[in-house]
Amino acid sequence: MTMESSGLIVQPRMADGSPLLRVSQVRKRFGDQVALDGASLDVYEGEVVAILGPSGSGKSTLVRCIDQLESIDGGSMSFEGDLLGFEELRGHLRPLTDAGRRRQRRRMSMVFQQFNLFPHWTVLRNITEAPMRVHGVSAGEARRRALELLERIGLADKAHAYPRHLSGGQQQRVAIARAVAVRPRILLFDEPTSALDPELVDEVLQTMKTLAAAGHTMVVVTHEVAFAREVADRCVFMADGRVVEDRPSEDFFTDPRSERLRTFLTRSGRSQNEVAD
Amino acid sequence: MTTHSAESTAVIDVEHARPRVRPLRIIGGLLLASVVLALLWFLISNERFEWPVVAEYLFNGSVLVGLGMSLMLTAIGMVLGSVLGTFLAAGQLSDFWPVRMASMGFVGLFRGIPPLVQLIFWYNLAYLLPRISVGVPFGPELFSWSTNDLITPITAAIIGLSLHEAAYMAEIIRAGILSVDQGQRDAASAMGFSRWHTFTRIILPQAMRVIIPPTGSQVIALLKGTSLVSVIAMGDLLHAVQVIYNRTYEVVPMLIVAVIWYLVVVTVLTVIQRRVEDHFGRGTTRIAVKRTARAKERQS
Repeated sequence: MTMESSGLIVQPRMADGSPLLRVSQVRKRFGDQVALDGASLDVYEGEVVAILGPSGSGKSTLVRCIDQLESIDGGSMSFEGDLLGFEELRGHLRPLTDAGRRRQRRRMSMVFQQFNLFPHWTVLRNITEAPMRVHGVSAGEARRRALELLERIGLADKAHAYPRHLSGGQQQRVAIARAVAVRPRILLFDEPTSALDPELVDEVLQTMKTLAAAGHTMVVVTHEVAFAREVADRCVFMADGRVVEDRPSEDFFTDPRSERLRTFLTRSGRSQNEVAD
Repeated sequence: MTTHSAESTAVIDVEHARPRVRPLRIIGGLLLASVVLALLWFLISNERFEWPVVAEYLFNGSVLVGLGMSLMLTAIGMVLGSVLGTFLAAGQLSDFWPVRMASMGFVGLFRGIPPLVQLIFWYNLAYLLPRISVGVPFGPELFSWSTNDLITPITAAIIGLSLHEAAYMAEIIRAGILSVDQGQRDAASAMGFSRWHTFTRIILPQAMRVIIPPTGSQVIALLKGTSLVSVIAMGDLLHAVQVIYNRTYEVVPMLIVAVIWYLVVVTVLTVIQRRVEDHFGRGTTRIAVKRTARAKERQS
């Protein structure tokens, strides 16, 4: 079996140089609280983009908006050239129907902080359900793909276990397999290691590194500065609902331009050293 | 290394320890036993129970028909009530406010009116609405029936019990839906599941854990509630025994016959409820704990 058939290798498609995902000037408020205040971000095919920032900076809201789990109040987002969540109808922009939104979401996958595996289904069914029900893959093919993915993340023996019987790290790896099984054009990670015990973080980061190496387009909201530095092509620093810095990883850490990023890096560097001690 | 005291401990074996004598438990046990004996004595020695009459009528044809009617009303009321209740629960949680208001209004109304009042009301619907017709509002009539032909004791009973049940089931199912973590909905949406697929495959099965226990009590309450339909001359279990004791004046033994059947059915329902609870508990801690407990038993 090849790497490609399991969905671990992606073939680039957008060859014209335009970004796969474009987020421009997106605004979002929850009641009185402004979560996103004109956030902009481009993600190109095959890129791994890490989003860093203090809590409350809007980074989780941003990826939730991209996957249309939250509606946006202003600005716009487009994916593979299609406007996300809206369409032009009788001379005006109008929200898409549920079905239209679902069609757009099929091309993305999301990994959540709390894993959100379906507890009443086995690991195998968690992975096969979306390919079968949403993407029209046959039961046998979905099963074959799922078992191959489980093999790759070293959890083949857990195929028939229920999520509750797995450790947090194993659950998150299954959630990643579930996300990859539909062969998404982009993988979104919302703080995938924040809910894990420290000793379980590495196995999840390792799985994510494998995906990055295989060429997946990934947007990763994370607190793992070391991971961002090692794996991400670009790092984005958010504060107060805006993108403050968006730079190639090597410059991001060695030559931070804004005062806020400098402070953030010093602080997180210090806290990481404390963890290391 | 081995000391003298350790050696003597090695000789002691608590396996053969005797149970401790607990006087209060003995007294309590004796008291309970005497209460049970007194009750049994009362049941056997009091001739007014007329046990031979109970035995004679327990499997009487019309009693069994009445029991069947009670069971049928319970089943129909539960099925219609659960289906309507599910829609009402989803309606109460809808993001479209007119649907929300309508669902909440329905539940408020039918939960607030005593079922006995509802039964009599539906039975007398013809007074308010002599004819029931289907047609274009304020336009031509397509079909029309006399209300007195439609509303028989059985339709009045089914309507009354189902609507009452739907209101209660709506609240139970709503609580179940709300008990499911929001992350489950996020994950289902992110994977592109439709609302229907999400509701039926992700939300409801998980909500079942919260829905089943109170629903079991609802079935039992509804079974007992069917005895209310005897006031509109519907032939349920209570009505069947009433017809007999109105003729024979053996009131107490006939009521005992009804009580025995109600208790038998409720006991069977309770056993079924436990089984269903276990089934829907798959993948949760409760079952995991049971399994490990069983595994430990096997080891020991």
